[in-house]
Amino acid sequence: MSSVLFLSGKGGTGKTTLAGAFAALSKEKILVDCDVDAANLHLLLEPSIVEQGEYEGSKTAVKNDDRCTACNRCREVCRFNAIGEDLSIDEYLCEGCGACAFACPAKAIELVPRVSGTWMIAETRLGPLASAELDPGEETSGKLVMHVKQKANALSEKLKIDRLVIDGAPGIGCPVIASVSGVDAVVLVTEPTLSGLHDLRRILDVVKHFDIPAHLVINKADLSPDVTERIRSFAEQNQLPVLGEIPFDRRVTEAMVEGRSIVEDDRSAASEAIEGIFERCAKGGIL
Amino acid sequence: MRITVASGKGGTGKTTVAVNLALACSDEHPIQFLDCDVEEPNAHLFLEPSTERRRSVEKLLPRIDPDLCDSCGACSQACEFNAIAVLGGTGLVYDELCHGCGLCRMVCPKEAIREIPHELGVIESGIARGFPFAQGVLNIGEAMATPIIHELKKEAETGRLVIVDAPPGTGCPAIAAIHGSDLALLVTEPTPFGLHDLKAAVGVSRAVGVPAAVVINRDGIGDDRVERYCEDEGIPVLLKISFDREIASLCAQGKPLVDSMPSWRNRYRELHHQMLEVVS
Repeated sequence: MSSVLFLSGKGGTGKTTLAGAFAALSKEKILVDCDVDAANLHLLLEPSIVEQGEYEGSKTAVKNDDRCTACNRCREVCRFNAIGEDLSIDEYLCEGCGACAFACPAKAIELVPRVSGTWMIAETRLGPLASAELDPGEETSGKLVMHVKQKANALSEKLKIDRLVIDGAPGIGCPVIASVSGVDAVVLVTEPTLSGLHDLRRILDVVKHFDIPAHLVINKADLSPDVTERIRSFAEQNQLPVLGEIPFDRRVTEAMVEGRSIVEDDRSAASEAIEGIFERCAKGGIL
Repeated sequence: MRITVASGKGGTGKTTVAVNLALACSDEHPIQFLDCDVEEPNAHLFLEPSTERRRSVEKLLPRIDPDLCDSCGACSQACEFNAIAVLGGTGLVYDELCHGCGLCRMVCPKEAIREIPHELGVIESGIARGFPFAQGVLNIGEAMATPIIHELKKEAETGRLVIVDAPPGTGCPAIAAIHGSDLALLVTEPTPFGLHDLKAAVGVSRAVGVPAAVVINRDGIGDDRVERYCEDEGIPVLLKISFDREIASLCAQGKPLVDSMPSWRNRYRELHHQMLEVVS
């Protein structure tokens, strides 16, 4: 089994562009979209859904107002400020812990399962895809990511395909941590901005914290040569191998608008750079 | 009045818009800036605030006294987050799964559980360019960003135009930032990814009942589907920022546009006036 996960800390640096390109360049593989907040990989793949289901990842407290005696106990025990002065429950603040239900002497509150998203398995021209979409405002993105990974692993066993190309989420919190666990390698995608460098430091610390080998790609490298140079020296100081640099290329967006990966299009500066990065990954045993 | 600058997709320019809006408005209004992207806070790179106060944001973690615990399993059964297992005659707590709700302590018949504070991150507050600035910073390896965002929002001062820089996405951190705002200013780009994630962000703002308006960044790089979507949904597009290498280069170096290109100061002020109209 080899699995490679694209992460970045900062959003919009090109994770999905690279994951989509790897999808096109890599032979037998399963594609996994672990950015359940803003899943975009499918937009390059024209998927046809084979299987899908609702994901009930959490619960929410529901109050029966006929039973409520307005004793205020629920509000006192709730640590998430989900119960207002009028003792109504704010479903977006409720974490579904059940403390209020336990504390209620009138048994007016119960926890009910809550659909927090939809998972799906799809066929695409570049291989099978496991992904999910979180419902707006749901709080179980980490659990939904775990669920997508389980679906992908089951698919990998069933189809006897042991290579996973995984698109990750921005940030360093819950969904990112859920996506990192158990992968063989992480490719960090950054861009030459101060924000890109700042966020690279933090995501690298997270990846190191979980002891996963990390590699770096600098996207849009020619947009700010000074900052690119700073990123190169940061990588050197931190023993972070640089797989390659991709020049800014309008063709990347044009290919996206047409629903294709950049490497499926006519050759361009960006596609050549990405092919080089892919070859170095293959030679280095990363994928 | 609180305006939250948000987006479904990451990297669309939330921080750039929030910072420039703050600087353009700060001459005319008392403002305050809250960087709620606690996983990757970046506004400080542009605004270079002082840090005058730093406070810890904690969750409470249960600790089980093995001498008092009779391994009845009540805590483990009650925990909705599978954060406690009963093993070897006592309960074992998985700290990273715990939400710190305190239910285990409430249900323990032996009063064997006490709680200890555990730092999730910090809130740093100070002054940037003459106005109050605060940011949350999630500690490395911690999963829970929302408690820090909720705590950070308590810094909001009444009587100020509070500009909130939100995290990307549509999950709980984004909701925590947008919840209770007067307006969600959604920054997107005119690409299929931008459109897809804008729809999700509009879904979030509608779910929490916050009116939405749109800024299209890097205008010209893609197609017109974002604009058509906004028109169909009746969502006002208040500003378009053309893709321009000079703008990209200034942003890359952490330089606010309104400082080096004065015409942008007026455009951002105009954006503010339009937002006031949307809210009223």
